[in-house]
Amino acid sequence: MNWEILGIWLGALVTLCLYSFLYRDNPFYKFAEHLFVGMSAGYWVIYTIENVLIPNWWLKMFPAEGGFNWVWLIPGIFALFMLARIVPKIAGLSRLSLGMIVGVGAGLSMVSFFQTNAMAQVKGTIFSVATGSAWDVFSSLVLVVGVVSGLVYFFFSKAHTGLFGKTANVGITILMVAFGASFGYTIMARISLLIGRCQFLLEDWLPTIPRLLGIGG
Amino acid sequence: MRLIIPLAITFTAGMLMILNFFIPHQPFRFLGENLQEWYLIVASGSIFLGVMNLMHVHFRKIKLKLKNWKYSPVTIIGFLLMLVTGLIYGVTELKPFDYLFMNMVAPMGATMFSLLAFFVASAAFRAFRASNWRATLLLTSAFLVMLGQVPVGAMIWDKIPLAKVWLMSIPNTAGQRAVMIGAAMGVVSTSLRMIFGIERSWLGGAD
Repeated sequence: MNWEILGIWLGALVTLCLYSFLYRDNPFYKFAEHLFVGMSAGYWVIYTIENVLIPNWWLKMFPAEGGFNWVWLIPGIFALFMLARIVPKIAGLSRLSLGMIVGVGAGLSMVSFFQTNAMAQVKGTIFSVATGSAWDVFSSLVLVVGVVSGLVYFFFSKAHTGLFGKTANVGITILMVAFGASFGYTIMARISLLIGRCQFLLEDWLPTIPRLLGIGG
Repeated sequence: MRLIIPLAITFTAGMLMILNFFIPHQPFRFLGENLQEWYLIVASGSIFLGVMNLMHVHFRKIKLKLKNWKYSPVTIIGFLLMLVTGLIYGVTELKPFDYLFMNMVAPMGATMFSLLAFFVASAAFRAFRASNWRATLLLTSAFLVMLGQVPVGAMIWDKIPLAKVWLMSIPNTAGQRAVMIGAAMGVVSTSLRMIFGIERSWLGGAD
């Protein structure tokens, strides 16, 4: 059996099944959709086992040099507590695991978001002030004014009236341009995926049909 | 008691992470680093919980013959196929798990996301009416970026790709930065509320 051609046909069939939704909802789409959900779930379970549990838990509990590191039983037990959610009588145990996830997640994101999304962005804005051609100066001015007025727009503790309101209006304008650009970029990213799928169907899958039928070169 | 222990765990874990950042010395460094690894392990439990729930939902659909139940075996078989091939043959290249991922999961993922192009475009066609000058600005900005991304843009006018680069690097960066800084402030305040037990919605409505 030619596994390469079988793989191309499997990919082409699921691709065509999913694109059939463009006409209307139909059994082929539903089939591929359900298959995608099941296979993705299976993929993520194996990914978690191979990339998280084995290197970060199992190999630390049972190191290669031998022995048993009992401390690593604790996160294992907490992970098991998470599954207690499906047994109503002991569902409360899952709150202990959630408490740990929420605590570490909140502590980590608080410092990392403040560093990367607040301080680094403020620094980037300050250092973006450029000298050089008139266009560079204008661009850096738009950037600084855009960030400051955008932040003013997001500040809801003060009524948007007077000078504050006018600055917020500039912020809305910049945000509209930014959202438009982001939207256009997202659309084009999706279009490039569409082109990729069309190329696969036309260049990889279609040439296999004459080969299978024994016609052509 | 059923609330105090989870809240105490949240407080201890959250404070240890903050202390590890501000005092990167022992014992906080050791505790913080270990807690981050524990976090990965405990969070992976949620993947298994999600999968068990998915299987429960589909077995129930088959048992009660609920709407579209005939497709539920497809989900279950697809899941088992990936699970069994992954557990038996491993995840290395050219093995069945990798073969199924490359030839089925990856194409289905790419197709699903490319389908969004049609839906986002049709939704935008209905929603983006040039009703006022700001909406027109949004529309023009999106149009220029889309046009600047493809060769036909440069063929129409060679300045269109430059306009796209400027739009992405100046007004878009300014807008995204304002959103990011605002969101970061929100994350900091929400995280503090969670660590100090003021925000308790994650406990699932238990008061």
